[in-house]
Amino acid sequence: MRSLFGVVLIVMGWGVGCADPPAESGGTDSLRFVFVTHGQASDPFWSVVQNGARDAARHVRVRVDYQAPESFDMVTMGQLIDAVLASNPDGLVVSIPDASALEGALMAANHAGVPFISINSGGEHAERLGALLHVGQSEYEAGYQGGVRMAEVGATRALCINQEVGNLALDQRCAGFAAALEAAGAEAEVLAVELADPTESEQRILAALRADPTLDALMTLGPTGAIPTLHALDQRSGDILFATFDIAPEILAGIEAGTVLFAIDQQQYMQGYMPVVLLSLYLRNENLLAHRSLHTGPGFVTADNVDRLRTLTRQGTR
Amino acid sequence: MEERLRHTHPLRRILARPELGALGGAVAVWAFFAIIAGDQGFLSLRGTATYLEVAAELGILAAAVALLMIGGEFDLSVGSIIGASGMLLTVLAVQFGWNIWLAFVAVMAFAVLAGLFNGIMVVKTGLPSFIVTLATLFVFRGATIAITRLVTGRTQLGGLQEVPGYSAARWLFAGEIPFGSAELPVSIIWWIVLTALATWILLRTPFGNWIFGAGGDARSASSVGVPVPRVKVLLFVGTALAAALVGVIQSVGFNGADVLRGELREFFAIIVVVIGGTLLTGGYGSAIGAAIGALIFGMVRQGIVFAGVDADWFQVFLGAMLLIAVLVNHWVRRRALKG
Repeated sequence: MRSLFGVVLIVMGWGVGCADPPAESGGTDSLRFVFVTHGQASDPFWSVVQNGARDAARHVRVRVDYQAPESFDMVTMGQLIDAVLASNPDGLVVSIPDASALEGALMAANHAGVPFISINSGGEHAERLGALLHVGQSEYEAGYQGGVRMAEVGATRALCINQEVGNLALDQRCAGFAAALEAAGAEAEVLAVELADPTESEQRILAALRADPTLDALMTLGPTGAIPTLHALDQRSGDILFATFDIAPEILAGIEAGTVLFAIDQQQYMQGYMPVVLLSLYLRNENLLAHRSLHTGPGFVTADNVDRLRTLTRQGTR
Repeated sequence: MEERLRHTHPLRRILARPELGALGGAVAVWAFFAIIAGDQGFLSLRGTATYLEVAAELGILAAAVALLMIGGEFDLSVGSIIGASGMLLTVLAVQFGWNIWLAFVAVMAFAVLAGLFNGIMVVKTGLPSFIVTLATLFVFRGATIAITRLVTGRTQLGGLQEVPGYSAARWLFAGEIPFGSAELPVSIIWWIVLTALATWILLRTPFGNWIFGAGGDARSASSVGVPVPRVKVLLFVGTALAAALVGVIQSVGFNGADVLRGELREFFAIIVVVIGGTLLTGGYGSAIGAAIGALIFGMVRQGIVFAGVDADWFQVFLGAMLLIAVLVNHWVRRRALKG
């Protein structure tokens, strides 16, 4: 029994060692920053954020820990922030998917004098909650830039396919997209599709295209909308301009094949990388950017850079 | 010789208590984190407060789940009831402008109905409660998502702090008690009181004997007059009420609700009850053990943050720590029984 206990303790000690390689902790002033996000460690999107944080930790010689609840759980996330604050970190990096739920924990960060930067979500609340700044994509701006590109290639009547009407971030993407097209003298409408049902989404998109033959452009807000749209476009002839938000293997293949014009990428690697750099500059050199928000997106993936992007995706940085 | 007639040394009787092994596990886990993360705040008052808060919310649930499991049944729907209750409270108070206390009464009424439904389905159909409550896990979660989206068009709802009656509700469900230089959440009081209540029911009331009887051998319990179906239905109402209380505590403490609250809590509750020495097969166990199990869970969940272990490793740690706790528990109990 005692030997078993010893083995387990050694295994756990090894776990601690792995999580904390010497390269990360070997800072000159031993700053320690902790990320608490709502993205699980296994989520491919957040894995890229985490890689950004790791790389930055190595480059600016600080220690970075990364915490996230095991499911989308604001209560656990708030309690993780409490624990992080009790461990006296030098800085905190958080995503804020639900500002009213995390308000208490973030106010405690202010109270404890721990500087924090918000990333990815919650940019509209960052200043009120006391964040130094927000690092993320402005969804409206990303939609707008997408609309500008779409108008440039000649879209006149476009649909914005929203798989989750009511989700503020997605609604803003569509609003920005529509505003850009209208500014260019084109039209845009929103089509709601079902998040969980790709077959029904596909039929809805086909029906919409049949109902209005003047439609010449489609924008989807992520892989859940883009993949059924690709299937729908396979089934009909005619030139439809199609672009989407976010990257997935099917979308990259579509860009290579020419069925997808471009993908709008929020470049989340920088949402991990930049806060580490900015916090260390703030603490070591009293530097603070003039703007309270730093936009990591929109970046665009097109036929020109899709090859390079495939390599980077494999490296886990895009 | 009959077991109850055999003379046992008082010390051995203490060692044979179901919760003693869990206590050993708790000390081991605490010592582990005290050694590897003691200088990073795990031992501070604030550090202690953070793991007590996590333990309290799970412990409230675990007290009721322990009684149900001693009574021989499972309730997998408690996590979904947490989500449904928190959202119901928030929707009624924020969206429909109800007084928060009226909304609270409605939430408790919902919990009673949910518990009655689970219990009566299990008792009347004779199906395993594992299956019946697995079904209601999905039904309650799905209904919470669908109805919330239908009524509000959203999946998160905040603004509870602006509702009439909020400050009194905050005091009762999410208030803070000074604790040296830190503050303890009032949920700890709920946890202690409910654990004491569950322990009193189990050890000092006829109903407690009925629970052990219903879970140990339902048929012979029935033959000596234990109303087994009624006992089980009441235990399901108990777990639903405890889940609703956790839902309310979380919503009041976090100013609102989202439809995913409480996910995985049904499994965490079962895990901590088992760590606390309750048998999966029913008929044996302790509510104090469940409280100690919740304490172990809280220390592991938050201790990992102090130890600086990345989230990647959390589940490995959780699993390994829980295994150690159960092994220590098992070993202590066997030593005690063997003498």
